[in-house]
Amino acid sequence: MSIDMSQFHQVFFEECFEGLEAMESGLLNLDMGDIDSEVINTIFRGAHSIKGGSGTFGFTVVADFTHIMETLLDEMRDGRRKVTQTAVNVLLGSVDCLREMLTSIQNEQPVEVASVAKHQAALEQELNGYTTAAPPSAAVAASPAATVTIDAPNKTEAAALTEQGWKIAFCPYLDLLKTGNDPVRMFRELAELGELTTYANTQDIPGIYELDPEECNISWDLKVTGDIPAAEIKEIFNWVEGDCELDIQALVVKTAKPVAPTIAPASKQAEAEPVAPAPAPPPIPAPATAQDTDGIDAVTTKNLITPAQTDAEQIKNTVKASSSIRVDTAKIDALINMVGEVVITQSMLGLVGENFAMDKVDQLKKGLAQLERHTRDLQQSVMNIRMLPISFVFSRFPRLVHDISSKLGKKIELKLVGENTEIDKSVVELINDPLVHLIRNSLDHGIELPASRLAAGKPETGIIELKAYHRGGHIVIEIIDDGHGLDRKKLIAKAVEKGLVEENATLTDKQAFELIFMPGFSTAEKLTDISGRGVGMDVVRRNIEALGGNIEITSEVGKGTTIAIHLPLTLAILDGQSVAVGDETYIVPLVSIIESINITEKMLNKVAGKGETFRLRNQYIPIIRMHKIFNVQSRNASKMAEGVIVVVEGQGVLCGLFVDDLLGQQQVVIKSLEANYRRVEGVSGATILGDGSVALILDVPGLVRFSNR
Amino acid sequence: MNENIAKAAENKERDQDHYSKKLDNAVQYLSFTLGNEEYGVDILRVQEIRSWEPVSRIPNVPSYEKGVVNLRGSIVPIIDLRERFKLKNADYTLLTVVVVLQTGDSKKTRTMGVVVDSVSDVISVDRTKIQNAPDFGTKISNEFINGLVSVNERMVMLLDVDKLLKLEDLDQNDS
Repeated sequence: MSIDMSQFHQVFFEECFEGLEAMESGLLNLDMGDIDSEVINTIFRGAHSIKGGSGTFGFTVVADFTHIMETLLDEMRDGRRKVTQTAVNVLLGSVDCLREMLTSIQNEQPVEVASVAKHQAALEQELNGYTTAAPPSAAVAASPAATVTIDAPNKTEAAALTEQGWKIAFCPYLDLLKTGNDPVRMFRELAELGELTTYANTQDIPGIYELDPEECNISWDLKVTGDIPAAEIKEIFNWVEGDCELDIQALVVKTAKPVAPTIAPASKQAEAEPVAPAPAPPPIPAPATAQDTDGIDAVTTKNLITPAQTDAEQIKNTVKASSSIRVDTAKIDALINMVGEVVITQSMLGLVGENFAMDKVDQLKKGLAQLERHTRDLQQSVMNIRMLPISFVFSRFPRLVHDISSKLGKKIELKLVGENTEIDKSVVELINDPLVHLIRNSLDHGIELPASRLAAGKPETGIIELKAYHRGGHIVIEIIDDGHGLDRKKLIAKAVEKGLVEENATLTDKQAFELIFMPGFSTAEKLTDISGRGVGMDVVRRNIEALGGNIEITSEVGKGTTIAIHLPLTLAILDGQSVAVGDETYIVPLVSIIESINITEKMLNKVAGKGETFRLRNQYIPIIRMHKIFNVQSRNASKMAEGVIVVVEGQGVLCGLFVDDLLGQQQVVIKSLEANYRRVEGVSGATILGDGSVALILDVPGLVRFSNR
Repeated sequence: MNENIAKAAENKERDQDHYSKKLDNAVQYLSFTLGNEEYGVDILRVQEIRSWEPVSRIPNVPSYEKGVVNLRGSIVPIIDLRERFKLKNADYTLLTVVVVLQTGDSKKTRTMGVVVDSVSDVISVDRTKIQNAPDFGTKISNEFINGLVSVNERMVMLLDVDKLLKLEDLDQNDS
């Protein structure tokens, strides 16, 4: 029986990443003073299922690594180990490491052995450091079960304990095979560990007529010889526990060596690990903690480097992972229900239509109304399937804030509000990077150091609030910090220095804050690996506008900064204003429309004899004649007064589109033009109008660029 | 029993081999007319045949790219082959037909419609009888033509769908 396991890989990876996220948030939520065993259990479960899964798929590197984490967590869960901040930090580092490992496996790249070894060492150190610091538990280790958990992480240690091999009496219950376990596979694994001799007891097999091939009637006596840690043997039988009678005994029953094994391996291990900064700790608690902190420094720095490194990888990941979606069954049930209704309505209408007579008009109308309602519901449910709570994005930030703030030496509290606000999956994927950038900015530039906060009469701990809510068909994400705010004088000075604005230019607050979106603009005094290169904000803005959204900044010096991102709920539907240009219809996205006005020829100003502008309140706005740039032959409005100017904004630039008429507002479904055709200048997509014809959706920023050429 | 299954599978495979070999030399083409000329496209590339209906124009593209239509929810471009080959009299009548073709490689397939004067026939062509196209030096450049074949004394030019429908993506995007 051979199954192509690779078909399950995608699911496995998704589950792993979910598990990792759960572990991460669990670890971050651990309150040192008051340990919630349920949280520990959640973390443990995450590790356990990753271990099980990766074992099944043959990713032994992952399985081995997770095993150590699991051992550590297991001890915490049983209360045999105290949960310390150090341990949590080591575990967090391991979660990162696991994520990297899984990512490289997913992308079929080699796993970075060095970093894995480093984290593994840190974990083992944590594990053993405690063991030596608490001799009582080691003393209890005379019982085989305890020895297993303590010895497992380090093979050299284990080797010292186990001598020649193991004798296993394996007596499966009848229904072992039904649980999907295959003894043959287990034996094969055993044979890999050492020399395996098997003896099968077949006397329980019934005669051919009573034989049920799905039952397991055989029991085995196994003998494995070689230096094998008990944990590895146990692990093989891990999945059948409860489905069999199992008795594992060491072949040569070793004489109890209660003291030697715990001390000897400890020193041996210290030699073996150059990573460990201090030699093996003497069994006094104080130095042990000192050494632990050293280890932590190494780990946290590592953490801080990773975000930058993994950025590129993350992009790759999102591209790869975007192919599937997990949906609440309730949503699917609702959908099926709705489809059922549509089918019923359809058959009803079919009946009406079969022998149609005028007296059935009422029935027909009723049917059509019903159909309309069902179609709308159906559309809504389908859209709903693509909706994910924004916590998918938000959940990554506590970690980010935790890491960066500790590196910067700032005290920062992150508040998440409205995590359950739902947003389209495609938006969720694309909004992550811009948000990461904005949060990092707030951390680095926004919130001040504790000392300067106290000096400014603010509480020592800065607050960053990440808030999501719905407003009129849009989702708004706000990043609010109570830092020192944007200093407009500084901004303008910098802009003058860079030659972006004139020396004596008077800028409104809004215009001044807009400056930070200019490419190459940064007021940071020095470059850090977090921010300050000035490449970020323009990219952030471009990404958000590519999603059909916009970004606004309000700030007050000394009080803080609020960055608000407005995004469409979905990328599949857009609120559009249809406009007529000659005989053709185009859709202008409603978000980019500022206003529509009528002007006369007199209000026009020519620039260099060609470009036309008009004055709207205090601003000169360039005019784009749609007939001209789209080469529309038929035209109704040749004079300004006959048409309408639609004032639109794209990438912070205002311009007026001259069209014949405004037709109406409607929601349009965005269809890709590129799927079968190609990208067209000034057009972002197409849609299908009520009469079945196609209308093009204007790409406002593209149009502005296009007309400038 | 397993042996039997294996044998059966083998036989089946051989049969299929044989079958495809038999077909190897015969290829079916859909033939259509553009003006007075007759052309053919690989029938496996033809998705459907539709009557001409008005399209939505795309701004600033070559005139032979007529525009796009809504084909059951997807946006499909329509290309007038008569204009593409610079034939005269490209009128749109009730009989004008759009042949919807599929093109592209394994990575991505595109659907496109081409406007032709009329669809004539499905012809079976012996692959070995296909001649290489000589250099025409005429309206239609050689690159679109896979070869020539004679059907009932008429010459049919066999078109390479992929090359034909390759729009000048790069030229446009670069500019």
